[in-house]
This record gives sequence, C-alpha cells and structure tokens, in this order.
Amino acid sequence: MDESRLTSTSMNEVLERFKAGKPAALSRGISIVENQRDGFEAFLHAAMQTKLQGRRIGLTGPPGAGKSSLVALLTEFYISQGERVGVLAVDPTSPQTGGALLGDRIRMNDIAIDENVFIRSMATRGSLGGLAATTKEILDLMDCFGFDRLLAETVGVGQTEFEIARAVDTVVVVLVPESGDSIQAMKAGLMEIADIFIVNKADRPGSDKLVKEVRQAIHLRSGHNFKGFAGHHGPVIEVHDTAELNELDDELGWEPLVLKTNALTGEGIQELTQAIESHEEWIQGSGELQKRRKLRTEVRIREVMHRELVNRSIASRTVNKILTKRVEAVLSGHATPYSVAMELVDQFLEKDQ
Amino acid sequence: MSEERRVRVLVAKPGLDGHDRGAKVIASAFRDAGFEVIYTGLHQTPEMIVSAAVQEDVDVVAMSVLSGAHMTLFPRVKELLGQAGADNVLVTGGGIIPKDDVKELEDMGIGRLFGPGTSTKESIAYVKEWFAIHAVSR
Ligand SMILES: Nc1nc2c(ncn2[C@@H]2O[C@H](COP(=O)(O)OP(=O)(O)O)[C@@H](O)[C@H]2O)c(=O)[nH]1
Ligand SMILES: [Mg+2]
Repeated sequence: MDESRLTSTSMNEVLERFKAGKPAALSRGISIVENQRDGFEAFLHAAMQTKLQGRRIGLTGPPGAGKSSLVALLTEFYISQGERVGVLAVDPTSPQTGGALLGDRIRMNDIAIDENVFIRSMATRGSLGGLAATTKEILDLMDCFGFDRLLAETVGVGQTEFEIARAVDTVVVVLVPESGDSIQAMKAGLMEIADIFIVNKADRPGSDKLVKEVRQAIHLRSGHNFKGFAGHHGPVIEVHDTAELNELDDELGWEPLVLKTNALTGEGIQELTQAIESHEEWIQGSGELQKRRKLRTEVRIREVMHRELVNRSIASRTVNKILTKRVEAVLSGHATPYSVAMELVDQFLEKDQ
Repeated sequence: MSEERRVRVLVAKPGLDGHDRGAKVIASAFRDAGFEVIYTGLHQTPEMIVSAAVQEDVDVVAMSVLSGAHMTLFPRVKELLGQAGADNVLVTGGGIIPKDDVKELEDMGIGRLFGPGTSTKESIAYVKEWFAIHAVSR
C-alpha cells in the first residue's frame, strides 16, 4: 500500500474535516469505524465531543416489505420541514462469499443528491466487534455530524435487530400482507420492539386483515401485561437484555399504533409522520427518552469494555503463553477447559493492567 | 486487529436507456466475488453517481454505458470525483466503446473498459488487482 496515500487519509485530517462538516469526512469516518481501523476508538472519542441529539427512527421488517421506499418518503418529508437527514441502511452479507449486494439506494434516488441528505449502505459482514455495536457507533457518528434526524433501516427481526432497535427512539416495524404467515412466528419478538406497526403495500389484498390481526395481538399482549408483575431491578443492565425497556414501555403505557401505507403512492405517509411525532412526544414527555438514553449509554460502555477486554486478552502474551502450555494439561486429563479458562482470566486481570 | 478490508464498488447505470441487465449481471458477479456492491438503479446522472460514491466511500465506480455517451460520462464522473476530493477512486466500466475511444479515455485516467461479452471473471480479476496495488486505507 502506497505510504503517501496513507498519510493523506490520516485520521487526524479526517477528524478535522469531519468537524468542519464535510460529508466526505463523515463517509470516511464511517469506514474507519466499520473497518475497525487501528485507532478507531480514539477517533470516535474525538468525534463524539458534542451532545447526541438527533431524533432516531428505526425501520425493520422482512426483505421487500418496502422499508427503503418508506425511508425515502420519510426523508422527503423531513427535509421539507427544513431538517437534515442521515440514513443508514443495513443489508445482509452473503455468508458464502462475504460479498453483499446493497440495493437500498435504488428506492432513494429522489433524495440522493439533496445536500441535506446523507445515505450510507452497510453490509452486516462477519461478527467483527459485533454488528449491533458497530451500527450503533455509526449512528452516533452520524448524530455528532449534526443531522436532525437519523433513519436506520435493518432487515428482519433477529437478535441483532432487537439491539439496533434499542439504539433508536422510535421503532417502526414494516409488514406486508404477504408476510402474514411468518408474522405468527415472530409476533412475540415484534411486539417487544415495535412502537409503530406499518402494514405497507396497502394496495394488495389482505392488508386490512393483517391490520386487524396485529391490533388483536397488541391488545392480547397489553391485557396480559396489565395483570402486572413487580418491577424491581438493580442498577446492573445486561447487554442483551431488553426486558427492562419493555417493562418501562408497559408501565408508562405506550400502545403500538398500527397504520396502513402505500409507498408507491405516498398514501398513509402523513399519518406515519404524525404517529412518529406522537411517539416522540410521548417518550419525551414521559421521561422515557431519558431512561432509554441512560440505558443506551450504559449498554454502550459495557459493549466497548467487552470488545476491549476480548481484544486485549487475545493479544495478551501472558494468556497466550499459559494457554499453549495448559492445553497439554487438558489433553492429558489433568485439567479441563474450564479450569484453564478461569486460571487465565484471573492471571489476565491481575497481570495485564 | 482488522480483518481483510472488503472491496466496495458502486455499480452505476447512467443514461436514459432502460437496460440494466448488464449492470445487474456485473453487480451480482462482484457480490459473488466477495465485494460489497452498491447498486443504485437506472438513470443515474454523473452527479448522483459521484454523490453516492462519496457517501458510500467506495474504492471503485463501475459504469455500464450503452448509450454511446461514454466520451462525456466517464470523464465527467472522473472530474466530479476529483472535485469531491475522491480522486483515488477507480473509474472503470463496460459498454460498446470503439477502440480509439477506449484509448483516449484510458489516457485521461479512466481504468480499463470492457466490451460486451467480456467474462465477468476478467473484470473481477482486474478490480482485485487494482485494489491490491492502489487501495487506500479506509
Ligand atoms: N405494490 C406496492 N409495492 C411496493 C410498495 N412499497 C414498496 N413496494 C415495492 O416493493 C419492492 C421492495 O421495496 P423496498 O423499499 O426496496 O423494500 P425493502 O427491502 O423493505 O427495503 C419494490 O419493488 C417497491 O417498489 C407498496 O406500498 N405497494
Ligand atoms: Mg431496503
């Protein structure tokens, strides 16, 4: 790799241009974080010297549901209100080849060259540092760049999407009449994260039926919860635990809204923006937003600690030296992987400060 | 600590014609080769292409040009990329382009241009080779 080019893209220079508001520097900054280039944490630290205050909306749902089309329409609306909008669209990496075909921009051509819009596509890649962690870091970086509004599009409703969903203020779950059957299976999970349900492709048969089904499911769920369970929780928050947040939802009583849209005609979009606004008013007024941000920050610190500890222990000479030796002990039956692992963790925490 | 960096490619289909089969074929082939491919659809203007290339921080812009407008489109994208400070992006592509034009474009700093019927393997190998030598840290 050409040395002179490396310096011309040095992180300090990127940082300076980032702070001066240059989109190309935001773009490079995102790559630095995504690639976990050496020093990316210092980069994030330096970039994150401003308060995070962008309003964050997450859209999730099955492939082809119309998420990108809806993102484009929402963006159009927000820029017409004078806002600056950052879009992050995440799509799966092919596990076989490591490649990805990112086609979300196809639906966003109408907003693509507006100077108040920045769109970034991202592939899920391997588990380097954890997809959810990286996605949240990129959202933070975009936030610090100064967007009023951040829209995050993710596919499906796996564990990762749950975590990403928790990095936004308002979660919009997008369904289509065709996805009826699969919804049965994921209903529980969807109920947990959705603040707003969209039944898109309202022009297709079955959309009214789906709206009804989702509403019924919501009512079943809230009826269930109001039987009540005590909410005593310590200050320690598990990284992967979303239960606390859900309970906050329940206590304060936000019932997910269910709306129909047609992203081809724009029908229902105004209602969607109003629904998002009332959810925003609710999370602000109820104190929920503060709670979510606090939890989010705690989770973030833990995730960064987790990544740092893992990386340091992998690089640790003490660990590697003992590990190589102790493998023999396990093979000869004098130790187990468990005793060795415990020994290593103790050694590591004592010696590798 | 970082794993092998992925090649990021913008596959763009400029111009008014409605044929994006070629672009889609190369986009899937690039994906199968392990690249991260951003595909933006039909009717892209040079401004849209460059704006996407910058926001996506791609290494390569690959354009499929069948309209005969190659002598304006390729240089224009190259020029706009330069203005945007993204002059280390490879601009390459394919289409029906006469030999003399290919020569002229290459002299302007455009990368290799592939004629119709070129095997996708050839363009993949070319991008990989370029990337190994010229890619900057991102
Ligand atoms: N009939 C119909 N098609 C739609 C609607 N919304 C999106 N589509 C189409 O559905 C396909 C997938 O849309 P896209 O926004 O890319 O979905 P995503 O995968 O969830 O991001 C595209 O061909 C859209 O044009 C809708 O409301 N009605
Ligand atoms: Mg999409």
